[in-house]
Amino acid sequence: MALLQVDDIHTYYGAIHALKGISIHVDKGEIVTLIGANGAGKSTTLNTICGVVHPRHGTITLEGEEIHRLPAHEIVMRGVAQAPEGRRVFGRLTVAENLEMGAFTRKDKEGIKRDLERVYALFPRLKERQKQLAGTLSGGEQQMLAIGRALMANPRLLLLDEPSMGLAPILVDLIFDTIKEINAQGTTVLLVEQNALMALSIAHRAYVLETGNIVLSGTGKELLNNPEVMKAYLGVE
Amino acid sequence: MTATTLSRTAEKETTLHWSRVVGTGLIGGVVAIYVGLVGMIEALAGRVVITGLLTTGQVILLGVYLLMSYQAAQKLTGADAKAGPLSVVAGALAGLIISIMLALLVVIGQQINLRAMFINASPRLWELLTLGRGVPTGLVLLMALGAVLGALAGGLALLPSRLRRAVSLGLVAVPIVSILNTALFAGRGVSALGALLIFAFFTAISYGWSSVGGQARERVAALPSGQQRLLKMIGWSAVALGALALPLLGPYPSEIIDTVGIYVLMGLGLNIVVGFAGLLDLGYVAFFALGAYTIGILTSPEITWLPLHLTWWEALPIAILVGVISGTLLGIPVLQMRGDYLAIVTLGFGEIIRLIFLSDWLKPLVGGSNGITRIPRAVPPPQGFSDQQVLWYIVLAGIVVAAYIATRLKYSRIGRNWMAMREDEDVAQAMGIDLVKTKLLAFATGAALSAVGGAIFATKLTSIYPHSFNLLVSINVLAVIIVGGMGSIPGVLVGALALVGLPELLREFAEYRLLVYGAVLVFMMLKRPEGLLPEARRKLELHEGEEV
Ligand SMILES: Nc1ncnc2c1ncn2[C@@H]1O[C@H](COP(=O)(O)OP(=O)(O)OP(=O)(O)O)[C@@H](O)[C@H]1O
Ligand SMILES: [Mg+2]
Repeated sequence: MALLQVDDIHTYYGAIHALKGISIHVDKGEIVTLIGANGAGKSTTLNTICGVVHPRHGTITLEGEEIHRLPAHEIVMRGVAQAPEGRRVFGRLTVAENLEMGAFTRKDKEGIKRDLERVYALFPRLKERQKQLAGTLSGGEQQMLAIGRALMANPRLLLLDEPSMGLAPILVDLIFDTIKEINAQGTTVLLVEQNALMALSIAHRAYVLETGNIVLSGTGKELLNNPEVMKAYLGVE
Repeated sequence: MTATTLSRTAEKETTLHWSRVVGTGLIGGVVAIYVGLVGMIEALAGRVVITGLLTTGQVILLGVYLLMSYQAAQKLTGADAKAGPLSVVAGALAGLIISIMLALLVVIGQQINLRAMFINASPRLWELLTLGRGVPTGLVLLMALGAVLGALAGGLALLPSRLRRAVSLGLVAVPIVSILNTALFAGRGVSALGALLIFAFFTAISYGWSSVGGQARERVAALPSGQQRLLKMIGWSAVALGALALPLLGPYPSEIIDTVGIYVLMGLGLNIVVGFAGLLDLGYVAFFALGAYTIGILTSPEITWLPLHLTWWEALPIAILVGVISGTLLGIPVLQMRGDYLAIVTLGFGEIIRLIFLSDWLKPLVGGSNGITRIPRAVPPPQGFSDQQVLWYIVLAGIVVAAYIATRLKYSRIGRNWMAMREDEDVAQAMGIDLVKTKLLAFATGAALSAVGGAIFATKLTSIYPHSFNLLVSINVLAVIIVGGMGSIPGVLVGALALVGLPELLREFAEYRLLVYGAVLVFMMLKRPEGLLPEARRKLELHEGEEV
């Protein structure tokens, strides 16, 4: 059984039909990526999965359990954590407090401590800046913090929304290496990206989203070599 | 790299911004003229601060001179560079400009009748401004005095910051002590010698404390924890004894203290809603009204349709319950609203509650504009004490409980939820915070404390009328927490003392209360947005990168 099964979901913002029947699945241990143009509905898909918005039709199951009617906080408790688009860290909380907030739903003190060490090991920069207010971190550091904060929930499924947005190439490499590392440590990742080349090269499988519909899917390699993808998302003629 | 930075700072030190000094002086002049034309100087001319030397009106003018000249002296070079002796010149210049503008006002005022527009532009004002010497002697004197005052303020900028702070405190202490003496003990200000002693005392204490305080704190921190706790206990016992002894000041001071206390109580509640949870509630008075009316209905013998006639104590839990329920009920419809929308809806809610109590429709039940009277006292005062004196203990109990609840909540998981929600609702939700529960809890707790305030208010006055529950109450409470320091619990105390206590003492101010409120708020937002006694976190945020 897939860890996450999204079945024909339709999500609306008022009258706007943002998702028009999306079906995807993510297996345990995978990195799956969702690519597509601006406004295609990538963030909406992630937000629907984690319960910030609710689908009007369709089902979402997490290891067989339906979650699409649950409020966001209950979905977090079931092991789905998101690092939202645009690194929305709690600006007026310190780095350490932000990470603590990530572990909000957990009660296991030992596990939280272990995960904190893990995050600090993945992002040593955060450890140096524990006491700094998150709002004063650089963009790259904030992105690290957003990912670290999501990891603090010790999720079964980590949702990352454009983690490379606005970062210098060298930091983009670091972030993607870290995502691979996180995955190697056993966390399943659903990754939304504009940087299709990087995303496809680390993903096991990928979906291409266009105006609320899935138009292509396959393994990362397949899509990397797909002429349409090359033209539309990789800028290769 | 370092060399260039260095040379740049050196350059900065030498640039002198005389135009800024003049600008600040001009602003000071405008403020001084304004204060004169709205009648403050005249109205407060009768109240003596230092016998035979200074009236409250003059103190205000003096404050304008000192503050603006000091600002001007600082503007000369910008905050991080020292101007040296030139700052005395800058201060004097600013002071002179203020005087020149006031002098111009006097000259114009004597030629043209300004009273058609400014009723306070009276001969009495000209007399006050010319120090009773008339034109032109008085004007020359005014300018000389302005320059001297400005120079003194500029000189203040030369002092090392520790000494400067001590001197400023001493200067502020004189009028405050004097006003307290006048208002509470029917004194007539203080004598010149008394003023000097007060100034010296507070300056010395402040200066001494700033040098000894740090060491003392270190030494205390070095003590074994048992002794530390003992010291803390002694400190708190002293505070507690002081608080318990307050009614001994007399019936009139007690009344003022009670009023301040009610505002502290409400401030603590609103602080939870606005400061902790970041929900801008402008209808806070609604719960205050509901608490008061619940008491009125349940206890007054006037209410014949519900002949319960409970005691105040029996009715109190019901008032709290009404607060909790109404807070929750208001919370539900506004769950989806944020920021300004929330503010407007709650504002409307506050007015609706008042209008309901005022309506003809409910008149048979709650008395309409006649309100409810004959509300019983909570505790009969012992022989020789007034009701207001005894009431203080109820107020105090309320404050202690409220402060305890607020502190506990702040450092609990719920407090964290509020903080995260205040920062970013969506992300907070995505972290697993139940927004509905978190918001409603904030509304309900805040409303309960406001209802307690209302309950005490009802028994304090023994009669309540709808017009006591207008928007101004909400604004006052909000101003108290803004001035005190949003999110800070001790800040609420300081804010209430400053914004509720002081105006009560200065009865002549009543007319200018809102004016002063506005001025104080604008000044605070510009100069000290974190409030008088800020939460450590807010201070960190707003003054990051500034030298400490
Ligand atoms: N809160 C909202 N209210 C109304 N419409 C919205 C809202 N959020 C998203 N939309 C619309 O839904 C569609 C999908 O938006 P979404 O944010 O999912 O795009 P995206 O694929 O993440 O784009 P990007 O790469 O630019 O982040 C867009 O047309 C957008 O305008
Ligand atoms: Mg997006």
